[in-house]
Amino acid sequence: MSTHSERGAFAVYGNLRPGRIVAWTILFLGGIVMVTPLLFMFSTSLKSAGHVYDLRLIPEQPTLANYVKVLSDGRFARWFLNSTLIATLVTLSCLFFDSLVAYTLAKFTFPGRRLVFLAILSTLMIPTEMLVIPWYLMASKLGWIDTYWGIMFPGLVTAFGVFLMRQFFETVPNDFLEAARIDGLNEFAIWWKVALPLVTPALSALAIFTFLGNWTAFFWPLIVTTDPFLYTLPVGLSSFAVEQSIQWELIMTGAALATLPTLAIFLFFQRYIVRGVMLAGVKG
Amino acid sequence: MARIELERIVKRYGSLTTVHGIDLTIDDGEFVVLVGPSGCGKSTTLRMIAGLEPISGGTLRIGGEVVNDREPKYRNIAMVFQNYAIYPHLTVAQNIGFGLYTSRLSKAAKQERIRETARALSLEPYLERRPAALSGGQRQRVAIGRAMVRDPVAFLFDEPLSNLDAQLRGQMRLEIKQLHQRLGSTIVFVTHDQVEAMSLADRIVVMRDGRILQVGSPMELYNRPGDVFTARFIGTPEMNMIDAVISGGRIDAGANAASLRLPDDAELAHRVGQGREIILGIRPQALNLLAAGRSDYPITIEGRVRVAEPHGPETFVLLDLPQGSVVARAPSTVPFRAGEAVAFGADIASLLMFDKQTEALLG
Repeated sequence: MSTHSERGAFAVYGNLRPGRIVAWTILFLGGIVMVTPLLFMFSTSLKSAGHVYDLRLIPEQPTLANYVKVLSDGRFARWFLNSTLIATLVTLSCLFFDSLVAYTLAKFTFPGRRLVFLAILSTLMIPTEMLVIPWYLMASKLGWIDTYWGIMFPGLVTAFGVFLMRQFFETVPNDFLEAARIDGLNEFAIWWKVALPLVTPALSALAIFTFLGNWTAFFWPLIVTTDPFLYTLPVGLSSFAVEQSIQWELIMTGAALATLPTLAIFLFFQRYIVRGVMLAGVKG
Repeated sequence: MARIELERIVKRYGSLTTVHGIDLTIDDGEFVVLVGPSGCGKSTTLRMIAGLEPISGGTLRIGGEVVNDREPKYRNIAMVFQNYAIYPHLTVAQNIGFGLYTSRLSKAAKQERIRETARALSLEPYLERRPAALSGGQRQRVAIGRAMVRDPVAFLFDEPLSNLDAQLRGQMRLEIKQLHQRLGSTIVFVTHDQVEAMSLADRIVVMRDGRILQVGSPMELYNRPGDVFTARFIGTPEMNMIDAVISGGRIDAGANAASLRLPDDAELAHRVGQGREIILGIRPQALNLLAAGRSDYPITIEGRVRVAEPHGPETFVLLDLPQGSVVARAPSTVPFRAGEAVAFGADIASLLMFDKQTEALLG
């Protein structure tokens, strides 16, 4: 009994360890830094044009007029649709191709395997700014300017995804794959039915990164599109600013609406990440 | 059901040869255990039979057909892996069902087969569970079920019990043996544990450094090990080894001569050869504790007790000889004090002689 109560007391004390207090404080401050701009975004989206520079967090006369205005503007809906379509397709493509390439690199031995992997990795070291010109030349030669394909093609397979997935596939025991081989599955089926389900946490992480990255992508979509009809949301929102002398309340409203899908995506896939970590923990 | 024939099977990795042309025939329905220390080539041999490793040389036949270049799925063998290789994301039923992946049975027939298999392995109540919710023994049974469900011509087991605790290992050993008796299928089983090999096998294949040292029934290997390695490897505690030389028509144990009385067997000494250096082998279990001052045995060993290890029904005593030491089995009723002088006796038949150079059994 005495050990039990001692342990209880220790547990309470454990929560108040100095290290923990420091950690909580840093996390709390970090949280404030992250959340403040978001709060101002929502706050501003609820203010009328005249009150935008009134920096109170809680608007004096909150209004939904901005939302009505933005949502009734047909262009916004179109950009939203463009972004959703592009981010979704690119994400699906990355999940499929990145993990297929990664699996091959992780689980098959063939001449030049390391070289191929290093070549893929080395592309991570080239900044997007350097790639934009070749991409543009390619897109314009092939007639991809002002097409969905033109916006999407640079991101359909990513070196980062290959790298991430390869690390995870390496942790999949070979026994799992060999057992399937003996049971008569072909190599594609082994990847699809055995290897992929075992790396769902990594797939979820990759899905979140890829979707968010493409949802917020600005530079390349801006360059490759001239037709406002094909703008993605970030490009579209920025065009708001230029043509209408920076209407912050409208930009903030658009931005607020744009965060909703990203939140949804994160909440959806986060479950799988957490579950995956827990599963791995149980397995030891 | 099928016979598996290995003819001069070789495995090379680049310039490194890990299996040196082994010959082995495994009869239909036979339970053969490949045993040896890690790195002896036993797992590689098994994986070559399975088709998971390409064969570098020689011929492999299963059921009379050469299968060297045949993919694993066309060999109709099943394999149980050390880490079970059951999938954490699938239920027990789905895991067992994986074994029927290529089967052309209807969905209902497959379900029935899965159910039958699960019943045979007492897994029926767990069919909808995932492996995480199963015990180690149950997971092992799922792995066996997955192999069984397909009714393969042979089962290959790759150290399937090494991840289980001692008690469960004993239990699963029994289950596998019963399974073999019931199914009568050909089984090739790889282990580094000689107890497992002894208790399971119809025939044991002892391997070392990519070669087969000896093939025989468990008792053949125990009673007449072909060399020093097998002699030490089979049986616990391991066989005592004492250096000696044939000199003047008798066995001379050198520094140990005073504490080791050996029979004057001129015929034997003659057969082995004058001046030949040998190793005497005698099992701890062949030694019998002697009452002070008397011996009815042709062989006696005297020494001082270093430690005594009670094992319950018996006690193993480590005796110091003038040079080296021996382990002897004694009744657990006898108390031993460290430093005490004791004597053990043994029969002629229990004494084995090995050549010191080749380490091969003599006589």
